[in-house]
Order: sequence, then structure tokens, then C-alpha cells
Amino acid sequence: MKRIQTIETRDLIKSLATGGCGECQTSCQSACKTSCGLTNQSCENDKG
Amino acid sequence: MIHQFKLDGFCVVLDIYSGAIHVVDPVAYDIIALYQNHSAEQIISIILERYAKDEDVTQEDIRLCLSDIESLIKANKLFSKDPFSALESHEFKKTNTTLKAMCIHIAHTCNLTCDYCFAKQGNYQGADAVMSYEVGKQALDYLIRESEGRRNLEVDFFGGEPLMNWQVIKDLVAYAREQESIHDKNFRFTLTTNGVLIDDDVIEFANKEMHNVVLSLDGRKEVHDRLRKTANGRGSYDVIVPKFQEFVEKRGGKDYYLRGTYTNQNIDFTNDILHMLDLGFRELSMEPVVCSPDDEVALTEKDLPALFEQYELLGHEMLKRYKQNDEFTFYHYIMDLNAGPCLHKRIAGCGSGTEYLAVTPWGDLYPCHQFVTHPEFKMGNVWDGITKPEKIDDFAKCNIYANPTCRDCWAKMFCAGGCTANAYHTTGSIFGVYEFGCELFKKRVECAIVLQIAKGLHVNA
Repeated sequence: MKRIQTIETRDLIKSLATGGCGECQTSCQSACKTSCGLTNQSCENDKG
Repeated sequence: MIHQFKLDGFCVVLDIYSGAIHVVDPVAYDIIALYQNHSAEQIISIILERYAKDEDVTQEDIRLCLSDIESLIKANKLFSKDPFSALESHEFKKTNTTLKAMCIHIAHTCNLTCDYCFAKQGNYQGADAVMSYEVGKQALDYLIRESEGRRNLEVDFFGGEPLMNWQVIKDLVAYAREQESIHDKNFRFTLTTNGVLIDDDVIEFANKEMHNVVLSLDGRKEVHDRLRKTANGRGSYDVIVPKFQEFVEKRGGKDYYLRGTYTNQNIDFTNDILHMLDLGFRELSMEPVVCSPDDEVALTEKDLPALFEQYELLGHEMLKRYKQNDEFTFYHYIMDLNAGPCLHKRIAGCGSGTEYLAVTPWGDLYPCHQFVTHPEFKMGNVWDGITKPEKIDDFAKCNIYANPTCRDCWAKMFCAGGCTANAYHTTGSIFGVYEFGCELFKKRVECAIVLQIAKGLHVNA
């Protein structure tokens, strides 16, 4: 595409079928303790 | 739903539900902005007029761009529909209320008297207390018992200052390790400390047993010492910095975070991050202070423009150092675009009161560490378990569909609805919105995405 470049990302809608195992880290447990963010967390299974 | 923004010369279009990120040129950026409310002929007319001086922008070219947009829509990567719009907010957590994480308040006492502490100098507005081994053991047993189906369990030793009850931490870790093989569990421990009591024993034990350590340093000496003082009013910087440096040096690459808090006293917090780098630390977190708006160090809306500028400066510094092979981590800019959290995780909220509980030194259960100052949020205790199941039901409803502000916000898939405690403290409701925090969060997400894009372009250059 001439004017649009799409960055490769995990397809969230597809992850509905493969995700949800619950083994990932609780959002607040690593460093913040006063906010909530989860893009900085990894998927334990990386199932795509 | 999409979100468009321009930053550092990039025109970015986020497709919220699919997670797709598009880097576009200004023409496509404008066409996408017009797409949903204008016909093709109207868009062509507007764009031709807007870019009249640009010979590259022709009617044929605009039609080609419109065709590309339609292809992305068909591929569910642009203007993708909300897959959950028909569901009620409480339906999202039905499968996600299994306990898996615990914040153990091992000590409600502290050897520092930090002015901004949400734990009110360590004791959470109550009497000083330390947790006994028996209470801690009951807490771990409760976590094991209630985490059926979950293997990875997280336990954060928190305070006050946890090292004021160090032997009990060591004994509890030993007990948990014994239980791992019996129950097929994997404990991941975190220690959060102000550093004053770090010694050789702490370094050796924590570097062996703690999955993560969070070390509190606010940055420059004058910034840190202004608010993080001992009982006699002296700053703690000179005591803790050499200890943190030794701790991290001997950590052998295991996870740690040097965590700072910024206030209205150091709006230029990027200079504190640079100072942390000068001290040799590379895994960094810097959080806006959470306190009453009346507090003399509170951040307010008038600080936002300056803070936004700081977050942009931080992104520039990170990119510069990345290109120089001197990369460092800023907690809020970590973003794995290919292997980040699944959609289940993103809609489920922070987990407080459901997947995550806090335990006081005397064994009471609370939704999270920030609710311990509110007795009305007590949910039960480690012996009897949850005695107020209606509290779990309340927290299970807390997610991005719980209120219209979140439901209509582009950043909801990045914050999962934000911090329940912050919402309560600012609005009086766990379903409220901490708007100031939202503004900072959204800026950080934009900066983090642009940093990822710029890094990718550097690699591919």
C-alpha cells in the first residue's frame, strides 16, 4: 500500500480463541502499584 | 473504533479491537479521518482541495487509498467492530475470578517517613504491626487452595518496609518452595524495598529467590531526599544508592526495577531518569504521585502539558540510546506488539478483588494494597476465606465496560479500565474514572507506540 504501512501486531480478536489461560502476571504486581497498565506484560503462552 | 495521532513526525492510526497499528502519510491520515462520515466523492473533493499544491495527490491516487482502506476493513484491521458490545460488564470475569496473586503486607511499619506515602508512613493509618510466620503461612495456604487451575502464583512482599520483617519473609519463601512440588505450583516472589536495611544476606537471598525486586529511588539526590526521609528528617539517598548498586550488580540479570515517584516538585522527571542511568541502572519505572489533590506535592491538570513534554523527551532519549546500543527499559514504554496480552486479559481489568488480594499483617483480606486504609473493603481473612462474597461480585464487574467513559475510550485495551483504587479515591466509586491518570496513561501509550515504530524503522533501515 502506497500510503499505509501496517505494523505487525498480535491480532486481538483472533486471540479470543487462543488466549484466556490466566497464567500471565497480575497487572499491578510488578513495578507500579499505583496504576494499571498491561501492554507492558508478556503473554505466558504466546499463542498468537 | 480507531484512534489517530501525530507524534515525532509519524501519523499513526490504531485499530482498537484488532490491535492493528498503521503508520500512514498525512494524506491517508486525513482520508481515514473522513472515511466514516463522508462519501468517496466528498473525500476526493476535500483532499484534492487540501493538497492542491501536491502533484502526487490525484483523484486516481485517492481512489487507490480508499481501496486500500476497504481492504483493511475487510481484513478486520481498520474500523473493526467491538466483539463484546452486546455483553454486560459482569460477564467478562466469569472465568477470571480464580485467585493467583497476593500482596503480603509483611510489615506495617517503616524506617522512612516519605511525605507522599499512600501507606501513610507505612502503617496504613493504623497501628504499627508486622506479620507473624503463622499468618503468612495461612496466607500462602489460602493462595494455594484458592488458585485451582493456576500454576504460576505471584506473591509480593510489601509494606511499609518489608525488610523490617526479613526473617519471616525468608521463612515464608522456604515454606512456599516446599509446597510448590506438592501442589504443582510455581511461586514468583517480588520484594519491594526502600533499601535502608539491605545487607549481604538480603542481597544473596533475594537474588536467589525473588523473581523481581522493586527498589525505591526517586532520582536526583535533592529530589529523593526532599521527600524520602528518615524519622530524624535526614535524606536516605546516600544510604541506599550504594546498596542498590551492589544489589543489582549481583543480581545476575534477573528482573528488577528501580522505581521512582515524581511529584509537582520534579515535573522535569526525565532528569531523574537520566540520573538513574548515570548511576548504572537500566530497568526503570517512574510513577506519578497518587495523593489527595490537597496535598502540597499533588500533580494537577495544569501540570499536564509539561508532563506530556517530559514523556516525549523520555521517548527521544530511549530511541537515541537504542540506536547507540545503550538501551534501557522504562516500565510504561515496554510494549511487545507481537506477543502482548490476549484480549481476555485486556478486557478483564486489573484483577483486584478477584485474581489479586492483599493480606494485612493480622490476616485480613482486601481487594488490593491501596484499599487497606478502608475497613469497609475488608473481604474476609486467611482462615475463613472470603466472608463478603458480594465484594468479589463488585470487583468482578470492574472492567472497561463498567462505565461509558471507558467503553468509549480508545485506550481501554491498553489500560484494562485503569486502577480501581485510584478511581475510588478520586470519585468515591470503584466504577469511577481517575481522569488525570487517564490523561497521563494515554500520553504514555502514544509515546510507547511511536517508540516501537521508530525502533522498527531503525532496524529495517
